[in-house]
This record gives sequence, C-alpha cells and structure tokens, in this order.
Amino acid sequence: MEIPKSFLGYKRENGRAGTRNHVIILPVDDISNACAEAVANNIKGTIALPHSYGRLQFGADLELHFRTMIGTGKNPNVAAVIVVGIEPKWTKRIVDAISSTGKPVEGFSIEGVGDIDTIAKVSKKAQEFSMWASEKQREECPMSDLWISVKCGESDTTSGLASNPTVGNLMDKLEPFGVHLCFGETSELTGAETVCEKRGKTPEAQAKFKKTWNDYNDFILKEATNDLSESQPTAGNIAGGLTTIEEKAFGNFQKIGGCQFIDVLEPAEEPTKGAGLYFMDTSSAAAECVTLQAAGGFNIHLFPTGQGNIIGNPIEPVIKLTANPLTAKTMSEHIDVDVSKILSREMNLSQAGDALIKSTIRVANGRLTCAEALGHKEFVMTKLYRSA
Amino acid sequence: MSNTDIIIHDEKDNVGVVVIEKITPDQDCNCWVMENDKSTSIQSKDEIPLGHKIAMTDLNEGDTILKYGHDIGKVVKNIKKGEHVHVHNVKTKKW
Repeated sequence: MEIPKSFLGYKRENGRAGTRNHVIILPVDDISNACAEAVANNIKGTIALPHSYGRLQFGADLELHFRTMIGTGKNPNVAAVIVVGIEPKWTKRIVDAISSTGKPVEGFSIEGVGDIDTIAKVSKKAQEFSMWASEKQREECPMSDLWISVKCGESDTTSGLASNPTVGNLMDKLEPFGVHLCFGETSELTGAETVCEKRGKTPEAQAKFKKTWNDYNDFILKEATNDLSESQPTAGNIAGGLTTIEEKAFGNFQKIGGCQFIDVLEPAEEPTKGAGLYFMDTSSAAAECVTLQAAGGFNIHLFPTGQGNIIGNPIEPVIKLTANPLTAKTMSEHIDVDVSKILSREMNLSQAGDALIKSTIRVANGRLTCAEALGHKEFVMTKLYRSA
Repeated sequence: MSNTDIIIHDEKDNVGVVVIEKITPDQDCNCWVMENDKSTSIQSKDEIPLGHKIAMTDLNEGDTILKYGHDIGKVVKNIKKGEHVHVHNVKTKKW
C-alpha cells in the first residue's frame, strides 16, 4: 500500500497540528472540579477534565502534576484552555506555561470569589473560546504532524501474536515519514529490558533506559512482598498459555516493530529530539499511561487489546484493535480495527498494518473512535507518592 | 490455503503457538512462520489448548526457549518435539 502523504488536521499557532479541536476547562486541583464541570455543562463545545489531585503535593510528585496539567493544555488537540484553581499562584503557573504555545488560555481562581461567581465569569470566557474554536477548519497536514502513542492492555496470547505486531508494522512503515512515536509501560518490559535497552539508538538513550528500568525495579524490590514471580505472569496469563515474565514482555515489545528509540522521556515530558520513537517512563495502567502520553504532546493513540480493554481519553483519540476473534465479536462496539484474520491466515501482518494505517488516518481526519462515541474520557493523573 | 493450527513468530523460534481451539495427540498440524510468511508442519504428541506452546524440536534440560526470536526462559525438564511447553517444563531465568 502506498502510504498517504497527509491528513486533515487543525493547524495550531506553534506549528503543531491537532486531530481534534477541544476547548478544555482544566481544574488545577480536586476541589475545582465542581466549578469546571458546571462551566462545561453551561457552555456547549467545552469539556471539563476532572481529576483527584493537586493539593499538598511536593517535590518530584508536584512537578509531575504540573507537567501533566501543562502538557494537557499544550496538546495540539486542544484549541483553547481555561484553567480553574482554588489559588491564583499555581493557576497562573499553568496558564503561563500553556500560553507559550500561542493558543488562547485564561486562568481563574475561586478563593475569595466562590463557586457561583467564578462559574459565571469562567462561563463567559468559555463561551467566547468555544465559538472562536468552532470556526477552525481542518487543513491538509503532512504525516509528520502525527504524534502517535501506543499502549496495550487486557493482553492475551493474541496480543503478542498479532495485534501488537500489527502496531509494530505500522511503526516500521510510518517512521520514515517523520512521525513522532511513543511507547511506555516500564513495568511490563521486565524480562525484555536488556533487549529493549539495545534498541536505544545512541549510548545515551540506552543508558537512560537502563537507569529508568533499574530505578523502577529497585522500587519494586523495595515495596514488593515477593519477587513478583507469583504475580507475573498472572494466573490468567498462565491459563492463556504465557509461561514466563520474559514471554509476556516480548509480546508487549512487539508494538515497536523494528524501530529504535532516540530518547527516554520522564512521565508527561514533551519530546525535543525531533521525529522518531521515544520511550516514556509510565505505569502500565492504561488510563495513567495514555494521560501521560497525551500530556507529552501525542495526538493519536493506538491500543491493542486481547480480552477487551475499553479505555478512552478526553483529548487524545484512542483507536482499539484486537486479534482475538471472540473479543471482536462480543465487544464489537469497542473495537475500531479487527485483525483476528491474522490468526486464520486470511490476513498477513503487512495487510493488518495497512488496515491500521488507514483507520489511523480516518480517525486523524475526524472519524470518532469507538471510545469517543461511547463517551470514554478517562483522565488519570499519575501520583508518585503520598501528599504532605 | 490450508487452515493454520500453529503460528511461529520468528524462524529462530523453537516453539509455536496453537491458534485453534485445541490440537490433539498425533495430529498433523499446519504451522505458519509469521516473520517470513513460510509454512511448515509438525505432528503433535500432546493435547494442547489455544494460546499454548508446542515444541518444534527436541529440547534438553538447560536449553533456552526462543519465542519472538528471543530468550523467554530455560528448559527444566527434557521436552520432545511435538510436546506441550509450559510451566511444567520451562521456567523464567529472571528469578
């Protein structure tokens, strides 16, 4: 198949392009959720992104909170942002950082005003932003404007056999077009970590990966009550035919095809080394991982599943594929791309990769994903440790 | 095209994965190597369910199991070509 040269996206002030055109109401902290949700209810064409944290965090955990908030606002799938926090100082820090993109952004704080008057003020601004954004038109954008993140979930043997390698095939075909790519899941690479390390394009990238994985493993050894041999693979994995943690990890690893990663990102960190594949240090929990990748600036997500994970994200469309014929049938409303014909050899990997590329471009052009149509908007902050 | 009973990821692999509901002892199975799109065949010795692995060669204690072309563990009990490969005869090298 000839790879399309372009898709229809929203060109942003900073040169990036979005596959979506959201106006978001972003609460800085848990107690501002009510205000943000009230505004999103008042003003059509806006969405609130409620979450559970943002108070009394400190150190690296607080920095990650800010990075996730700011990165979410900066994502090119977002046309304009309103930030609402209890206090002005943290609110302003987030507003100032998002404004570096040149997109419309305003901040409001609730203390000394109260919810009701804040909701009125924010609603007026949100209406202005929503109507402004509604006039934005999709334009032809080069494939290099696609920033694709990947993460698998509810995996079974069909994931490693077919749906993950399908994503790998897409990566192999799209990398030469200057696409940004991102994989994560530090914990689920255990067993394949030395092979993964060697996929670093430079000694620096390799060393950074090694340190990231070792830090994670040290944390597990410190916190775990056993060596994980009782839980990885899980009883369910074993029943499904997975014998060792290495086997599970190599199944996961199929998602990057033959690509080499050029850098290792902190959770929610924006890549700065140009086009190519990046590894991001993330949890393997689906909603946490995708939220971090979206905050890193990725504008479309591929999610292979075996048993049928149903996750979505409020700003980054999540495309689901499965090679499990039963899941494709019983959970069809969640599956965007069915590649189960690989198992019966009615489809080869390259054909599956082509089918996934076609679906990815359709979604980039505006087609709703299953998760979007079903209203999945999981926005989950990663917390590194307990708050003060 | 004949039905595929077993899929092998990489031509270096010494195990394949059953992709039909189950294979039965002495069944002649069609195998497909994904990496190079080639076909091969094997006669099974055990009943092996969907998603589980079959030995493509004789394997001795201490040998390395290769799947995806990579080391996924060590043989802890001799395995004959066509036998079921799982937790009873293969263990992680991790712990």
